[in-house]
Amino acid sequence: MHQTDRSSKILARLIGYGWRHKLHFFGALLTMVASTFTVMVIPSLLGIAIDESVSSGSKSDLLRLALLIVFVSLLRGLFSYAHSYLSESVSQRSAFDLRNDIFTKLQGLSFAFHDKQQTGNLMSRATSDIDAVKWFMSMGVIRGLSTIVMFFGVSSLMLVTNWRLALICLVFVPIVIFRAIHMSKLLRSTWMNVQIETGHMTTVLQENLTGMKVVKGFGGGFYEAERFANRASAVSQLTYSATRLFASHSSLMVLIFTLATGVILWFGGREVVNDRLSFGELGAFILWMGLLAMPIRMIGWLLNTITRAVASGQRIFEILDAESPVKDRPGAIEISSIKGHVKFDSVSIAYDGKSAAIKDVEFEVQPGQLVAILGSSGSGKSTVVHLIPRFYEVTSGSIQIDGHDIRDITIHSLRKNIGIVLQDVFVFGATVRDNIAYGVDNAPLEDVITASKIAQLHDSVESFPQGYDTWVGERGITLSGGQRQRLAIARTMLLNPPILILDDSTSSVDVGTEYHIQQALSSVIQGRTTFVIAHRLSTVRKADLILVLDKGRVVESGTHDDLLEQNGFYQRTYELQLKPQEQLATSENVNSSEVRQ
Amino acid sequence: MISGGMGGMRQWGRSGLDSEQEGDRIYDHEVIVRLMQYVKPYWPKVLITFITILAYTGTIMAIPWFVQMIIGDYISNQDLSTPEILSGLDRLVAVYVVIAVIQYITNYTHLRIMAFVSQQILYSLRFDLFKHLQRMSMSFYDRNEVGSVMSRIQNDVQQLQEFVSIVIVTFGDILALAGIVGVMLYMDVGLALITLSVVPLLFVTLIIWQKFARQAFVRVRKTVASVNSGLQENISGVRVVQSMSREQTNIRRFGRANYDSLDANLQAGRFSAALIPSVEVLTALSLALVVYFGGIMVETPSDVGVLVAFALFIQRFFDPVRNLTMQYGQLQRAMVSGSRIFQLLDIKPDIRSKEGASKLVDFSGNVRFEGVGFHYRSGSEVLTDVNLNIDAGETVALVGPTGAGKTTIVSLMMRLYDATDGRILFDGKDIRDVDLESVSDFVSFVPQEPFLFSSSIEDNIRYNRKDIQRDQVVRAAELVGAHDFISNLDTGYDTHVSERGVNLSLGQRQLICFARALVAKPKVLILDEATANIDTPTEILIQRGLNELLRGRTAVIIAHRLSTIRSSDRIIVIDNGTIVETGKHEYLVDKGGLYSKLSNYS
Repeated sequence: MHQTDRSSKILARLIGYGWRHKLHFFGALLTMVASTFTVMVIPSLLGIAIDESVSSGSKSDLLRLALLIVFVSLLRGLFSYAHSYLSESVSQRSAFDLRNDIFTKLQGLSFAFHDKQQTGNLMSRATSDIDAVKWFMSMGVIRGLSTIVMFFGVSSLMLVTNWRLALICLVFVPIVIFRAIHMSKLLRSTWMNVQIETGHMTTVLQENLTGMKVVKGFGGGFYEAERFANRASAVSQLTYSATRLFASHSSLMVLIFTLATGVILWFGGREVVNDRLSFGELGAFILWMGLLAMPIRMIGWLLNTITRAVASGQRIFEILDAESPVKDRPGAIEISSIKGHVKFDSVSIAYDGKSAAIKDVEFEVQPGQLVAILGSSGSGKSTVVHLIPRFYEVTSGSIQIDGHDIRDITIHSLRKNIGIVLQDVFVFGATVRDNIAYGVDNAPLEDVITASKIAQLHDSVESFPQGYDTWVGERGITLSGGQRQRLAIARTMLLNPPILILDDSTSSVDVGTEYHIQQALSSVIQGRTTFVIAHRLSTVRKADLILVLDKGRVVESGTHDDLLEQNGFYQRTYELQLKPQEQLATSENVNSSEVRQ
Repeated sequence: MISGGMGGMRQWGRSGLDSEQEGDRIYDHEVIVRLMQYVKPYWPKVLITFITILAYTGTIMAIPWFVQMIIGDYISNQDLSTPEILSGLDRLVAVYVVIAVIQYITNYTHLRIMAFVSQQILYSLRFDLFKHLQRMSMSFYDRNEVGSVMSRIQNDVQQLQEFVSIVIVTFGDILALAGIVGVMLYMDVGLALITLSVVPLLFVTLIIWQKFARQAFVRVRKTVASVNSGLQENISGVRVVQSMSREQTNIRRFGRANYDSLDANLQAGRFSAALIPSVEVLTALSLALVVYFGGIMVETPSDVGVLVAFALFIQRFFDPVRNLTMQYGQLQRAMVSGSRIFQLLDIKPDIRSKEGASKLVDFSGNVRFEGVGFHYRSGSEVLTDVNLNIDAGETVALVGPTGAGKTTIVSLMMRLYDATDGRILFDGKDIRDVDLESVSDFVSFVPQEPFLFSSSIEDNIRYNRKDIQRDQVVRAAELVGAHDFISNLDTGYDTHVSERGVNLSLGQRQLICFARALVAKPKVLILDEATANIDTPTEILIQRGLNELLRGRTAVIIAHRLSTIRSSDRIIVIDNGTIVETGKHEYLVDKGGLYSKLSNYS
């Protein structure tokens, strides 16, 4: 009960998307009904023509009939053109609206949502699930109605012409419908298995490709091929059995309708002999049976379309209905330029009611200060800095910037004032220039170059074939890890933000570059409040405030000297990790001794 | 992905595989010929399919004919008495039923065999692609994104699946067309010719239509691709988008791309919508011709049968034409996919075993670099004149800045690439003269970022060495210090490692990789030391595991930890693609070269 209730709600909501284009929707329905009627008329006309030719065969009568057939077909052609175009239009426009809605929604949902979702999964909702809805619109709703009209129209024409023969023909109908429904269920579950098995095959493939170096390092090529072969052959087997099932079903359907024609001939022939049916009507019956075959065979398919639409609609609405806690409060204020005072007031955050990721974090930073955050993997370093631009919503406590609770500030103006260099550098498929100017509309080239110079990227860009107009990302040149990092830094520098956050951003930059970046940064951090997830002693030492995190709590805080005296976590980390670096910073990788989370 | 030092290994330039290939042909000779190679092994089955399709087509022809006979020879035959008509009717309907059953059997048989053959072909294609990918050298993977390689095996092969069935159905359709024409001519030459007079018109319509439709469908494909890449990019880059407050701009841009796609789809929709009514009007035209001329010709009621049969034939006649045009876009896509698949299969792996290469046997672990140089493009050398002798059992630490060439040195030892100058010798044997597969029997590798496969922990440790028993797996885990945490898991060694090992901590995954390397009993161990900051207890565990791993074998470590560097037998300092210093820690510090400079820098 609840199930069907929910299903019909989803369907109603989907139909609502089609309803937005009322004119086309109605147009499609009307022309569909009209074209269905014209199609049914043609066998009748043919029947009349047959009788006419048998009885008198007057040329002018035949010509009239022939012309009538052409005329009706033209009408039918016109209606069917309008109907297919309009229904395509309704379904494409609904898909267009849905895609826009999904895109807009996804851009706004907080990190908490995206952390739990995989890109592939979201993509499939925006592509194949929307395709399913598209099918549902054109084939399910509009064609579905036409099927019903066709079925009842043809049946009543048959009944009016000769009810005895009609009843005998229609006996087949329930059997066929029953089988079609049964089959569609069976086929659905078989195809589902195919999907699952294909998923397994994809996993093997993806792991193989991403882990190719390991595979090669262990000479695992044959082994992998065997693993893949097993999965691929399972996919083939299952697909084969699904197709076989479909083959047996569809050929059986053909058989049933061929037999029905046989019955029409056998019984109808007797009716003709007994003068209860004319030759023409017999011919018309046979053609009608052909028309009837279509809607009935489509029933199973129609049901599949609807079931798929329910599942897909659910997946789509899951995104559209996702509530993001991170949104502008009514009356949120715009901030233009801030000084950079940041205060964490007993801040905690828990995901999905699990144990808190961050607990009672408290600190206060004066404008222009440098804060270094230390801690092992999973201690919550990134989470702390991600709270400042409100990528996540705090569960309790509050964060204040210049004395305003960040929740009272519009998200847009808040983030405009905060520059963050993220751990995962993302390069968009665009030119280097557009990638650097990502956060600023129409940034002049000089500004881009200045930012690029600060990030020590300029020389690399100069060596690219088309300089700043070189295309990067997919279908373009591949940037090295260090270049990507510097690109991300340049991107942030261009924003010239009062608050700067470096989320482990120099982890894959080599020593030389990092040295330069450090130099650049030390001038860049002047006059800004800066948060650094630190891994270099030089940075940590300079910091006005060091926060040592463990399991989401601030376990120690203070300056370098303060903390060394405490003989605690910091002192141990210093001995184990920071000091050896100082003695031997042999490679850039030493510097990245923070975990990539 | 595996090492932080890949910077030096990446080369730029466009990716090797065209991610988007234009194509608007629905027939590509080369693709068809190549595909036929895959069909060949199944020729007996294909033959049976053709025979059954022929039989099936025959029954399709026969049914309207029967209708004609039943109506013409019996029902409307006024020369016969009623009982004669009825018994004739019974007889003919009985034969009709038999034909219907034959039709059913042949229909089912050919569909079934064809499904089998096409699945076998797809399987072979997938498998060939996969095996081919295993042979490609690392430079291929440096140039190509995993996603675009994957889509070859997934989407492109999938496209061909539809293709095979379309080809078969089309074949049947063509047979049916020929059959229909034949039977119609046989029944009544005049009427048949009149009916078929519409066909040239049909062809003209189709040719004009496909000229316009082709472009429309190509445009749909392009705009859909740009919508999808917009989605993909802004979903995976959503964090940057939000941190830069770019949402509104992106939404606007996406809206434009999306609208373009809508527009293209609607345009194509207009073309598709136009075709079927045109075909139908032409169908009706031939029907009208049959009605008029056929009607005039009808002299006796028995001629009525011919009329009905013709009406049925006309319906059948236009069905294949309609099918073919509906599959038009699909055929285009299939041809593009086919040529993309064969393009990939045609890329020659640049590292192969030499003709008659001997297997590496009884390798002691002595590795020697003689004047080794490496570059992707001449002029930009990654390594130059590397000379190095590593004794069996020696532990060597490679040290130097990113891009110096450390990763390249170890990659050459694994023969992921071939040196462009000089040679690498294993026990004095040039590794290019050794059978490629046998190298990995002696060389094991621990990646910087621990990589686990989604299977059980036991299978991850054993990996491809199937002869290794459970107790050997456990023993290896014990030695590297992984046994304790593994046995603490609910399902122990049978625990399934989820995607990329997320249910284990970084340190634990590292230890499993150690065990995997250990179980292979390598003579040479290559280790790209993890740089990740791991909590102290795990750090100690890893240190112990490492010691166990290094014992009694040659080891080359891209080292980041002071402890590792200090305990190595020799430190090799690499800068700018060549060895600049070698020696022990204290010696190098005293020497005052690059090593000591790097050491002092903080």
